Order: sequence, then structure tokens, then C-alpha cells
Amino acid sequence: MSTYAVIITHSTSHAIRAEKILLAAGLDAKMIPVPRHISSDCGTAVRVPTKQMDESKRLMDEKKAPYDRMELL
Amino acid sequence: MNETGVVYMDNAATSWPKPDSVLEEVVRFYRQVGANPGRSGHRLSVESERIRMETREALCVLLGGGDPLSVVFTANITVAISMVLLGYLRPGDRVATTSMEHNSVLRPLRFLEKNRDIRLTMIQARSDGILDSEEFEKALTGDERLAVVTHASNVCGTILPIQDLGSITSERGIPLMVDAAQTAGCYPLDVEGDAIDILAFTGHKGLLGPTGTGGLIFGSGFDPETITPLVFGGTGSRSEREEQPDFLPDRFESGTADIGGIAGLGAGVRWISERGMVSIREHEMMMTRRLLDGLGNIDGVRIQGPIDEGRQTATVSFVVEGVTVSEVGMRLSDEHDVMSRVGLHCSPRAHRTLGTFPEGTVRFSMGPFTTDEDIDAAVEAVARIAHGE
Repeated sequence: MSTYAVIITHSTSHAIRAEKILLAAGLDAKMIPVPRHISSDCGTAVRVPTKQMDESKRLMDEKKAPYDRMELL
Repeated sequence: MNETGVVYMDNAATSWPKPDSVLEEVVRFYRQVGANPGRSGHRLSVESERIRMETREALCVLLGGGDPLSVVFTANITVAISMVLLGYLRPGDRVATTSMEHNSVLRPLRFLEKNRDIRLTMIQARSDGILDSEEFEKALTGDERLAVVTHASNVCGTILPIQDLGSITSERGIPLMVDAAQTAGCYPLDVEGDAIDILAFTGHKGLLGPTGTGGLIFGSGFDPETITPLVFGGTGSRSEREEQPDFLPDRFESGTADIGGIAGLGAGVRWISERGMVSIREHEMMMTRRLLDGLGNIDGVRIQGPIDEGRQTATVSFVVEGVTVSEVGMRLSDEHDVMSRVGLHCSPRAHRTLGTFPEGTVRFSMGPFTTDEDIDAAVEAVARIAHGE
């Protein structure tokens, strides 16, 4: 099982919004350059520990923060 | 007080001086960050995008926006308004608007009327600029696709009842765009609470930011995909695709933004939030009262508008009997170091409504840094000009 999951967003501003929401909730979110094998977007992704993936999804949906998808890294 | 000692009475055109924190933030951005936001992925680029996001958030807090990503930046409010009108309206559409609008609203509408078969329902305000919301309601034909209303006149300061107008338009399913050029930052606004579908704002007037900033805030009930973008291009997102992204804010933010300006705007908005809108409004009302009293005591001066600091922004228009407005403006500037703006203020329709067309008026407009001494000096100067001194 991978240690990290990653939230792929459509743009850096969406990634910043996601990171803020998750950090405010005390999760270990960190913006990282989008891994090339996952997406060729020139945006940024937000990484969270795998065990925080479900909680992250819940928060993003609750705040209606846009994202493309979540994947295990 | 500004550095030069000039009596600056043209805040409706642009606010001056700016808070020190605004200037400092612009310089800090260019000295320490400097990067193009979003693109590239290096940490300065991300920092630049964060600064922009912080300004979006600060604007949402101040203006009652729901989602910071629904804040779109443009070079100024005129671009923002044109972008909406030209991108949203289709041939045959009807638009409700008022006789107090600025040319940033009327010129695109007149162009569309002439060239794209748009029809206008133009609701007439009274000769003091006051708009009756019942008149507005009665005038609607029921097939308007959009209503565009100014929050306050840039000529005489009259504040329009946008909460009432918002209730009327939302009952009828007509989206409402509010032109908040004269009110954002100095008069309460609540995008979500007042059912405003599109708020157009400028960064360099009441919000105390640098010129080159402005934009839109979309209400949560409005679908921005109903607006075709005016500009297409690179957005730092979806780069594998040759089509413009649909989502906000990227849909309307192609190309490099004025990040230095947006950084400064963020500082301006935070300054206002710290000082408090109530305190700013009270100050401006006091300044307006002092000016109205002072000008009202001068023989030969006729003031336009409601002549009531509770019903207007800190903007006062007047004429001096026997002296053209151009001469008043020139003498104020050259002989008394008082900066005013004369003429039609890009709002010929408002001047027609007030009865001051085609000559126009002399306009004094105050801001959070205007002092009693400024008002007294301006009044004294007008008195001298009126008495032929």
C-alpha cells in the first residue's frame, strides 16, 4: 500500500485552495509538482498520507473545492 | 494626507493616497517574489499564486463572496463589465438598466443594441439620482435576460437600492450584475446575502489598491459558463489541451495578470477590513456633511444629488453660477491646488437625469484619507471662485 495519495487539481490556484482547506483541518497536506506519470498538466498536486485520503475527499466535497481526482502515489 | 500637500478631491476617479502597506506590498512582491503565478511549479511561482489567492480570499471576506475561486481579476472594472455584456448577451436579449449608469455599462449596451439586436429597458431615476424600486419593478417587461445596475452614481453619489432591486430580479429569475465601482470598500456589500449574481469591482478606488486591478465576483447561483470569454489563451492549467478551460477562475484569466497590483490590492482590502467598513463609512459621511454644509453656504453654488450624506457616497457634484465648470476646475487646480474633476464624468446619461447635460458639473469626491482641513480648503477655494476673486 503506498504511503501517499495525491489530489490532482486542474490548476495551481485549485491546488492552493485544496491545501488550505486540508491544512486548516489539521491534515498533513503538501503541494507537490504533479508527478508526470499521473498528469501532464502544468499544475501542482496536493499530497496527503494515504490514511487521510477519505477525510480529504470528505472535506473537499464539503467545501465544494474543485479537483480532478485522487489517486494513490 | 498625501506627500505633496495637494488637496485631493478626486477619489471617485482613483483613490489617493494609498495606505503605506499597499505600496510596501507591491515593492515586496517585485523585490522578493517576482514570479509569474501558477506556471512552472517552482516555489516562487507557487508563492505568487498564493499571493493572488490571498487577495481573492480577502475580497470574498470583505464583499461577501462565497468561493475565492469565483473571484476573477481583470485589468479594471470596465474590462470586466464589457467581458460580461459582450460574452453573455445574445441577439434578441433584453437588458434592464438605469438612467444613472456610467459609460462602462452604457457604451457596450448601446453597441449591442445597434449591432446585435439587444433591447434595453431603461429605468429612469429622479433628478436627484434616486431610483425608486417600485418604478424599477413596474418597468420590467418580464423577458429581461439580465439586469445591470450601478450601486452608486459616480456623478452625484446617489446610492441605489440594490438589495430591493436584487429581490425583484431574483423573484423573476433575472440575473443581476451590480457595478460596484463607487462602493466596494466604502459601503457595505454582500454578494451572497444581497443575491448579487455578478459583482463588478475595481481595485483602485474604494478598495485602495493600485490601478490595473479590478474584476468580478460570481454569486453562487450564477453559471459562469453562460458567459463566453472575451480573451482566450494560456492559463497555466490543462496545458495539454488547445481549448480554454471551462472552470473558474481560469476561464476568464488568460495571460499574465498584474500580480504586483493584485498583491497591493490584497493589502488594501486587508487595511479596510482592519479599519472596519463602519468606521470608513462614518468618516466619509462626516466629510460629506461638512462639504455639503460648506458649499451650501456659498451664494451661487448649486449642489446636485440627494444632498444627504446618508443617501450618497462621499461624492458631491455642483455648479457655480456664472463660471463654466472647466474654468472652476482649472482655477481650483492652478490657483488653489484643489484637485477636482469637471465635465460629464463618463456618465452622460446620469447628467441628463440630473439636468446638468451637456455642460456637466464640478465633482469633489472624498476618501478615507480626506481631512477636515481638505474640505475647508476646498470650500474656501470654491467661495473665492464664486465671488470672482
